[in-house]
Amino acid sequence: MPVSDFVDSIQSGKISVVKNAEKIVKEISSKNSEFHHFNNFDSDYVLAQAEQIEKRIKAGKGGRLLGVPVSVKDCVCVKGVESRAGSKILSGYKPVFDATVIEKIKNEGAIILGKTSQDEFGFGTFSVNHTAGKIPLNPLDKTRSCGGSSGGSAGFTALTENTHVAIAESTGGSIACPASFCGVASITPTYGLVSRFGLMDYANSLDKIGSMGKSIDDALLLLDVMRGKDSKDSTSLDSKSLEKPVLKKPVVGLPKELFDAIQDDEIKEIVLKKISSAGFTAKEISLPLNTKYGVAAYYLIAMAEASTNLAKYCGMRYGLNGKLEGNFNDYFSGVRSTGFGDEAKRRVIIGTFARMSGFRDAYYLRAMKVRTKLINEFKSVFKQVDFFAFPAMPVVAPKFSEIEKLTPMENYSMDLCTVPANLAGMPHATINAGFKEKLPVGLMVMGNHLHDAKVVSFASKLEDSR
Amino acid sequence: MPKVVVDKDLLVKVAGNARLNLTDGEIKKFLPQLKDVFESFSALDEVDINSLEPSFQPIKLENVFREDVVEKCISNEDALANTPHKKDGYFKGPKVI
Repeated sequence: MPVSDFVDSIQSGKISVVKNAEKIVKEISSKNSEFHHFNNFDSDYVLAQAEQIEKRIKAGKGGRLLGVPVSVKDCVCVKGVESRAGSKILSGYKPVFDATVIEKIKNEGAIILGKTSQDEFGFGTFSVNHTAGKIPLNPLDKTRSCGGSSGGSAGFTALTENTHVAIAESTGGSIACPASFCGVASITPTYGLVSRFGLMDYANSLDKIGSMGKSIDDALLLLDVMRGKDSKDSTSLDSKSLEKPVLKKPVVGLPKELFDAIQDDEIKEIVLKKISSAGFTAKEISLPLNTKYGVAAYYLIAMAEASTNLAKYCGMRYGLNGKLEGNFNDYFSGVRSTGFGDEAKRRVIIGTFARMSGFRDAYYLRAMKVRTKLINEFKSVFKQVDFFAFPAMPVVAPKFSEIEKLTPMENYSMDLCTVPANLAGMPHATINAGFKEKLPVGLMVMGNHLHDAKVVSFASKLEDSR
Repeated sequence: MPKVVVDKDLLVKVAGNARLNLTDGEIKKFLPQLKDVFESFSALDEVDINSLEPSFQPIKLENVFREDVVEKCISNEDALANTPHKKDGYFKGPKVI
């Protein structure tokens, strides 16, 4: 049932909020040991919230997410609930405050289901790089990945038979990728549209909280609740309601170099067929710089920022700790070496190097200037078309046995399609365009800064076309 | 980009700066992987960046100011709630000297 209809039914008493919560708790309890979409789930916590919402309804108070079950990516702080961002280094950490997005959804009557599995701090494309919890499995084929890093968010959104929406997060494609692999809808907003207060940072100039649902409309409702300027996040932006505008003869651009770089013809055909079925005017456009340099610029910037963000994890104030012995360097190094997984260590090392005296200008600063060039390329092409549309991922969900064989660089190259929009902080949405041998193919729609509502409107039209 | 020789000494030095102890197994595994990644970064040298400003943020941001007044913040008890290492209302850390 769509979230908006569900809220009406809860409000009118057609659906009991407690009985519905019991139903979804039963579903998670029976399936999570098989699929691992949640790395922290407590049925009592969920049912206690449902009872509170029931009292709220009896008191005549409503809410845009009244009684709606919402899963939360592990990197978003929920007061009193162990939040580890998929990392052992945050074992036992229970935030003493709510992230702004959590405060907002609680105010609208949402029920928080638990924390969803992810790559450690968002460091991955397949949700296999974690040191807390288990690898989430794709509900369509358990031998395959849900995608990453918001793997648990997408996996559960696809699996559940209940009304539900997911709070996810993207730095370089961590919403679009798993949504594509699991066949669900997603929205990654313009950088700053949603407050990052209470989000465990991966890379500050790239991180964005977004949403997933079984449909674009479901994801949109959650995003509209979460958006808005926040005094606790100075990078957050003022925004208007995300009500979908009527689009007047939109023109969609098909990026030539990106399509050329994708080797799977069937994926391209499925995406192009979906676009043509909606009857929009499409024209080929050229984005050579973003296609060629996007991945390198993104990873350099992301790793440099990640290495500073992860410096705060030292086993003293929260999370993993040890016996206080030796000097402070020995102690911090000991805790960090035990708490971080391989991918976190690789990124911290590369990022630290790129910021070191003598190398900073040649690496970090150069990447930041390349980023300007890539944003300028997008802005220039947006004078010709309203949106870009292309496959969200160059492959369908891979098998875990295939992922094991990838080198880190081969792994990073999988983000070819998702990274440019994230590097530029531009809004994008994904829908399921169809299936390749029973595996979902995601279609990504991207628009200019702050054109979030238009992007969503366009994605919704594509979603409705047959 | 300056030509960087990614060898064991550099890897151990950078890891040390980042407060990470690497095992011999990790050094052996990471060395070729890091070489591969740095090689891919060098592609950025082809891009003409003359007269471009760096984009530290993807979207133009304005400075945000507020009055310099003390606002409500978390309590001392809450700040210390997540660690066993505390004494007399302070965090207790390892020896500095």
